Amino acid sequence: MDRKRLALWFDRKGWSDILILAPYVWLLLFFLLPFIIVVGMSVGTKTPTAPPISFGGDYPLINLQGYVRTVADSLYFRAFITSLVSAGIATVLCLLIGYPMALGLTRVSRSWRNILLMLVILPFWTSFLLRVYAWMGLMGKSSWFNAGLTSLWNDIVPASWAVEFVPMMHSNFAVVLVMVYTYLPFMILPLYASLERLDPTLDEAALDLGSKPWQVFLDVTLPQSIPGIIAGGMLVFIPAAGELVIPTLVGDASSPMIGRVISDQFSAARDWPMASAIAVVLLVLMVGPAVLYSHFQAKAEGSK
Amino acid sequence: MAAAEPFLRIENISKSFGTFQAVRNVSLNVEKGEIFSLLGGSGCGKTTLLRMLAGFEEPSGGKIYLDGRDMTGVAPWDRPVHMMFQSYALFPHMTVEKNIGYGLKHEKLSPQQKADRVREMLELVQLVPYATRKPHQISGGQRQRVALARALARQPKLLLLDEPLAALDKKLRERTQFELMAIQARTGVTFIVVTHDQEEAMTLSDRIAVMDKGEVKQVGSPGDIYEFPNSRFVADFIGSITSFPATILARSEAQLRLSVPALGGDVVARDVPGLSEGQDATVSIRPEKLHISRDRPEGANAFPGKVKDLAYFGKDSLYRVVLSSGALVQAHAVNASRGGEASRAPGWDDQVWISFDPASAIVLAE
Repeated sequence: MDRKRLALWFDRKGWSDILILAPYVWLLLFFLLPFIIVVGMSVGTKTPTAPPISFGGDYPLINLQGYVRTVADSLYFRAFITSLVSAGIATVLCLLIGYPMALGLTRVSRSWRNILLMLVILPFWTSFLLRVYAWMGLMGKSSWFNAGLTSLWNDIVPASWAVEFVPMMHSNFAVVLVMVYTYLPFMILPLYASLERLDPTLDEAALDLGSKPWQVFLDVTLPQSIPGIIAGGMLVFIPAAGELVIPTLVGDASSPMIGRVISDQFSAARDWPMASAIAVVLLVLMVGPAVLYSHFQAKAEGSK
Repeated sequence: MAAAEPFLRIENISKSFGTFQAVRNVSLNVEKGEIFSLLGGSGCGKTTLLRMLAGFEEPSGGKIYLDGRDMTGVAPWDRPVHMMFQSYALFPHMTVEKNIGYGLKHEKLSPQQKADRVREMLELVQLVPYATRKPHQISGGQRQRVALARALARQPKLLLLDEPLAALDKKLRERTQFELMAIQARTGVTFIVVTHDQEEAMTLSDRIAVMDKGEVKQVGSPGDIYEFPNSRFVADFIGSITSFPATILARSEAQLRLSVPALGGDVVARDVPGLSEGQDATVSIRPEKLHISRDRPEGANAFPGKVKDLAYFGKDSLYRVVLSSGALVQAHAVNASRGGEASRAPGWDDQVWISFDPASAIVLAE
C-alpha cells in the first residue's frame, strides 16, 4: 500500500480524528474535570463530617465565604503578595543568569553545545527533594559554605558589623535562591530554542551598518528573542508562584507563601472550601495573563 | 602621486583558515564609480575577499586601502563600506522604512533629515507604498531592493553585493540587473559584486576579476575576458568553447601557423607574444566564431566534418560536428534567413565544412 492510500485509509477509518482528539481528552480528564471539582468544592461549606464538606441541606448550596475571605483577610493577601514577589524576583534573576548562558550556547561549537546542553539538563537526573536538602545543608549555619561566606563578610565590613554566621536559612532570600537554582533550566531551554533560530547574518548586517556589538544585541538579538523570554518567564513564574516544597523546607514560616497556605488549609485546618477558593484565585491569576498572551500572539501571527 | 592612487587598492591580500588558503596574494585596483565583479566558482575565495573588504575577516597578510586610508584593523562598524547580503539579511522585526533607516541612527542627522533620506531611498528603489510593511509581507524582488536601499542609505564609499541576483527568478533577474546598473549610475557609488554567474558578471560589470583557488586569474572588461582569455581556466569558465592541443610550426608577419591534429590540418592564427616555434599550445574557438557550410569556403582554417547533433532554437541553432579525427566541435549558427535559403541549412549526418577567421582563434601557451 503506498503512502497516499495509507493516508486515505487512515482518514476514512477516523484514526486521524482520534489522534487529534487524544490531547483534548487528556486535558478534559486531567485538567478540566479536576478543576471543575475544585471550583465545586470552593463554593461548598466546611463541616465537621467526613469528607469535611457539604452542599445544600442545612448549609447554603453556594457558599462564597472562601472567596470573600481570600480577598478580605490580609493573611491571604500577604501570602499572595509574598508568592508573586518571590516568584517575580526569581523569574527576573533566572532571566538575567539564563540569557547569557542561552546566548553562549548558541555561539559555541556544535560538539561543545551538546555537552553544555546536557549539563543544563543534568540536575533533573537527581531527585528535586535531594537537591533542596543539599541547599539546606549548604545554607545552614555550620556548613563550610556558610563559614566561607561569614569570613568573607567579616573581612570586608567593619568589626562592629561582624557576624557569627550568615542567616540564610528560613528566609525569603533562601526561597528565591533555591527557586532560581531549580527553575533555571526552564528559562535557559526556551531561550536557547528561540536564540538558536536567529540568523547570524542579521548580526553581521547590523555590524556592517555601523552598530557596535552591544547595539547589535539591543537592536537585533533581544527584540527577536522576546517570545523565548515570555515562554521561559511563564515556565519559571507559574510553578514558582505556586511552589510548596521550597518555601516549606527553606522559607520563613512567619510569612508563608500561597502554596503553603493552600496546603495548610487543606490538611491542617481541614477547610477544603477555603483551600479550593485560594487555588481557584491563584489559577486565574496565573492562567489569565498566559491566555491573554497566547490570544494576542495568535492575533499577531494571524496578521502575518 | 595622489591622482594616481586608485580608489580601492588591494595589495597582496592573503587569508588562511588553518591550513586552508582561501585567498592567495591577491592584488587589485578598483576605480571610483566602477562596477567591479569578482567571478568564480564556489570556494574560489571571492566571498572571503568580500568579507575582508567588509571587515568581517582580518587578512592574514597584505593591505587594503580605501580612498587612501589603510583599512587594517578597522572594525566593520567603522568602515564606510556597506554590504548587500545574499540572503538580504533584512531585520524581520522592523518595517521596510526602519530597515532602510537602521544605519542612519549612527549619523549625526536631525530626525527630519533622516526621514528625508529614508524617503529618498524608498523613491530610489520604488518602494514608497511598502514603507510600513514588514519584510515577510513583500516579495523577493522587493526585499532585494530594500536590502539595496538599506546598504545605500548611509552613502557608503564602497557597496559590496554578494550574489545580488542569485535569489531571484530568471525574469526578475534581467529587470533587476538593469535597475542595479541604473541605481549605480545615479548614486555614483563604487560597486563590488561577487558572483558565480558569468552572465550576471558580464552584463553588470565594467571590469571583472576571474578567480580560481584563491587567486585572480585575469582582470579585464567583459569583452577582454571573453575574447582574450589569458588561460585555459578563464577560457573554459566564461562561455562555451572548444579547445584542441596544438604545436606551433612557424611564426611570421604577426601570424602563427599551428599543427592541430584533432582538426586534421594546420591552423593560421594571430601571433601571440611569448610563444616560440616547436612549442606546444592550445587552440580554442568559441562556437559563434565558427562558420558552417555545405561547400568548402575560401581561405585558411577550413576543415571537413559531419553533423552529429543539431539543436534548433529558432533564432539560432547549435551544431555538434564530428571531424575526420573523431574530435567534436560546437558551432553556433544564426538562422538569419527563412524559406528556400533556410532549407539549405545543414541537417543531421550532412557532410559540412567548418571554418573560422584567423583572428578568431585563441592561442594559449598551455
